[in-house]
Amino acid sequence: MSAFARMNVTIPKESDPSEKRVAIAPDNVAAFAKLGYDVRVEAGAGESANFPDSTYESAGATILSDRSEVWSQADLLLKLDPPTMEEASMIREGATLISFAYPARNEDLLKALGEKKINFLGMDCVPRISRAQSMDALSSMANVAGYRAVVEASHQFGRFFTGQITAAGKVPPAKILVIGAGVAGLAAIGAARNMGAIVRAFDTRPAVKEEVKSLGGEFLELDFEEDGTGSGGYAKVMSKEFIEAEMKLFAEQAEEVDVIITTAMIPGKKSPVLITEDMVKSMKRGSVIVDLAAEGGGNCELTEPGEAKVVHGVNVLGYTDLPSRLPTQSSRLYGNNLVKLVNLLGSADEFSIDQEDEVVRGALVLDEGKLSWPPPKVEVSQQPAKPKDEPAPVSEEKAAGGSSIFSPGMMLGLLAIVLLALGWKGENEFLDQLTVFVLSCFVGYMVVWNVTPSLHTPLMSVTNAISGIILIGGMLFVTGAEPWADTKSILAGVAIFLATINVAGGFLVTHRMLKMFRKE
Amino acid sequence: MTTGLVTTAYLVSGILFVLSLGGLSKQESARKGNLYGILGMALAILATFVKLSLDKDAGKINFQFLAPLMIGGAVIGTILAKRVEMTSMPELVAILHSFVGAAAVLVGLSTFLDPSNAQLIGSEKLIHDIEILLGVFIGGVTFTGSVIAFGKLRGSLSGKPLLLPARHLLNLGMVGTSIWLGSQFLNQGHDQAWLTLLIVMAISLVLGVHLIVAIGGADMPVVVSMLNSYSGWAAAAAGFMLKNDLLIITGALVGSSGAILSYIMCKAMNRSLANVIFGGFGTSSVSSPGVGGEVEGTITETTADQVAEELREAKEVMIVPGYGMAVAQAQHVVKDITETLRAKDVNVRFAIHPVAGRLPGHMNVLLAEANVPYDIVFEMDEINDDLPEVDLLLVVGANDIVNPSALEDSSSPIAGMPVIEAWNAKSVVALKRSMAAGYSGVENPLYFKDNTDMLFGDAKDTLSAVFSKLG
Repeated sequence: MSAFARMNVTIPKESDPSEKRVAIAPDNVAAFAKLGYDVRVEAGAGESANFPDSTYESAGATILSDRSEVWSQADLLLKLDPPTMEEASMIREGATLISFAYPARNEDLLKALGEKKINFLGMDCVPRISRAQSMDALSSMANVAGYRAVVEASHQFGRFFTGQITAAGKVPPAKILVIGAGVAGLAAIGAARNMGAIVRAFDTRPAVKEEVKSLGGEFLELDFEEDGTGSGGYAKVMSKEFIEAEMKLFAEQAEEVDVIITTAMIPGKKSPVLITEDMVKSMKRGSVIVDLAAEGGGNCELTEPGEAKVVHGVNVLGYTDLPSRLPTQSSRLYGNNLVKLVNLLGSADEFSIDQEDEVVRGALVLDEGKLSWPPPKVEVSQQPAKPKDEPAPVSEEKAAGGSSIFSPGMMLGLLAIVLLALGWKGENEFLDQLTVFVLSCFVGYMVVWNVTPSLHTPLMSVTNAISGIILIGGMLFVTGAEPWADTKSILAGVAIFLATINVAGGFLVTHRMLKMFRKE
Repeated sequence: MTTGLVTTAYLVSGILFVLSLGGLSKQESARKGNLYGILGMALAILATFVKLSLDKDAGKINFQFLAPLMIGGAVIGTILAKRVEMTSMPELVAILHSFVGAAAVLVGLSTFLDPSNAQLIGSEKLIHDIEILLGVFIGGVTFTGSVIAFGKLRGSLSGKPLLLPARHLLNLGMVGTSIWLGSQFLNQGHDQAWLTLLIVMAISLVLGVHLIVAIGGADMPVVVSMLNSYSGWAAAAAGFMLKNDLLIITGALVGSSGAILSYIMCKAMNRSLANVIFGGFGTSSVSSPGVGGEVEGTITETTADQVAEELREAKEVMIVPGYGMAVAQAQHVVKDITETLRAKDVNVRFAIHPVAGRLPGHMNVLLAEANVPYDIVFEMDEINDDLPEVDLLLVVGANDIVNPSALEDSSSPIAGMPVIEAWNAKSVVALKRSMAAGYSGVENPLYFKDNTDMLFGDAKDTLSAVFSKLG
């Protein structure tokens, strides 16, 4: 390989057979190519996500069929799951790898990659600040998971989600409880509402109430004052009293609802148990529980991570691969996240891992092999709790105060006073003219306010035309047998000439414009 | 009897002019309105001919002299009206204003030179002289001011405000001198007074230039409507000196129309007329790009492909055009896109800010020219509440009128200006030549929002690309 070859972006096939996703979609190839990267995709990488090799190829990528070549020649590897130990052994020394990292539970892998001086950026380590939202793969995957959770639930559930009145009788809508209104929870609420179910949601953070409502969900509240807003988009751990009240609410709801979707995860810790075995027992037969926190042990006491089972007549789904069950969608979103992150790293010619950048620093797990996780604490911004800035009311007053002297009414008033003062000593003729003038001003004022703003340009051109009436003034002076020899006639003649341009031009252009305005 | 008939004809003309403006209140009646205007004008000219032909005191009318002038003027006017590009309407309007201004000056001078002028005495003479002075002065300012506005709109003069040191003092000095000269004028003999009148005229011409060079390109909607108003007052002043009621009526109508337009424009920018005329935007609040706080977030660039994709998926599309659309002549491709989308049952609407473009209502005319039906074109106030429902909002060459800092940042130079709240749409694509700040020099946080993508390039080119992908 020549040293002058362009830097490549390589997308290996995911090695876990249950992983249906691929790191980027064919749509994303162009974005990397635009940054100057040579895009290489392992043969069959997108197959299970319904992106055959040909789609990548026609988007401008090269297809590599030799697996060891894929790994050993890659400059920038883009992946979903963390590499296996086998893959880690194939990777070229000094390469850069971006994938999910889960650094807390992958010590051996980090050590292996460290020996190879790998730069490793973890998609799950991207700080959850507003600037990095577009690269937040946890959120984009949670969104897919939330949607899929509803689909899985409806698949297991023996009834419609929506209520119907049919010839064969009335069908009540399904009732769904969503616990935790984060990204996944909100996606679940939206999907369930769209399928016609009655959706209730609970979250310890009162700030999400409006979001739940905006999606058509009902927000359940406790008679208890405690704000559970924590940092990094997660809720904090609540007091004992709060948890008791909360559990009581869940117990009540369990008897009533048909589907429970739980999403309460605490990063790096075991998921809290919110649905006890007793609650499951109290649920109707055929009900469904989808536990999105299964990976951390589950929010339901009976959840078995990765499995679906029926306990006490209730389906308890503990799937941990929900995003992978919607591989086409997930790959697209993940690919978009990657594009944004690689954008931060720069184009192929200027590729650099800028540790000054908060987002890059946060995501960086290995810096040329050295462990740089966890990153130093930075203050994370709080999205939902951000108060809306009231628009400053100063301006309004400024406008009113500033322009009042110049408002048309005032201007007319002033003019009238000035002219009146002048006319005091004048004779009747002048006062008559004044009357006409002032009245005309008011007529004009009344009439013009009614003009629709979309016709303001025609209004200007038509006033242009009628102000050409001044040509009448000119005409009065072009008299006598030899106007050519008379200064005043020549001046007036020029005035007539100019004013006629106005009359003809103004009316015609107005006509031309008005002809163009058409209604459907 | 003739005099009575002529006066009646003038009255009818005046009424027709009022009806003409009244007709513009709705699109449906607008064409009829224009017709009333033409009728009124024809009647007025006819009546004047009759008056001059029959009135023994007025002296014989000289058709040989008049006809070539009027026919020539009409021909030139017709050519102008036929040839003008709709994007150049502001220039045409400005230059037509200058003609009225010049005509007012010339009629003022003629009035002074008319022998009947010398026969006036006492308070009658005083009033008459003041009328002449006012007519000439207002006409002069209108004339050169409009010529400068024309040059700026056309681009032959720099759109940047030219700010002389002590320009307020200069203006004040010029007005003061004119008033002093005017007071001398009232008591001078004919020849001396003629000279004084010419000096006042010269000062008014310089003042017109100086006033308008200090105003920036994007303030032209206000300037043009203000000059519209001036041209009306100039005509009214001519009416006073000629004791002609029709001129007074028409001048007053035009004057108040222009005044109202200026007021509406100022309100739409949340600035006072004084601020526009004397402000030289940006001088008081020294706006280098980036004023108004740090903008957080990153610019996301998008491609024509992606925009086409988004358009294909949207149900509610809103387009916010700005001056950039006029510059790029992109209105036709905008219409093509609109039509394609509407054929697919996408609800496409337009949101027009009152000061978008260089002339009040400029965007409406451009869209009408491109054959966009006016019932999908809405005013800012009608549409702002609907924005959260909009799936995709396209900003075509507009900047300050969609700037959220107008509402959010009270320290911003454009704070309080009513804007189209584009950021409330679900997603926004801003078409822009480059990242340069808008006319006000204020950074636009809209471009940094998460739901905003940028599509850089000439609006016509990028939209054509979008359109070709859309088909």
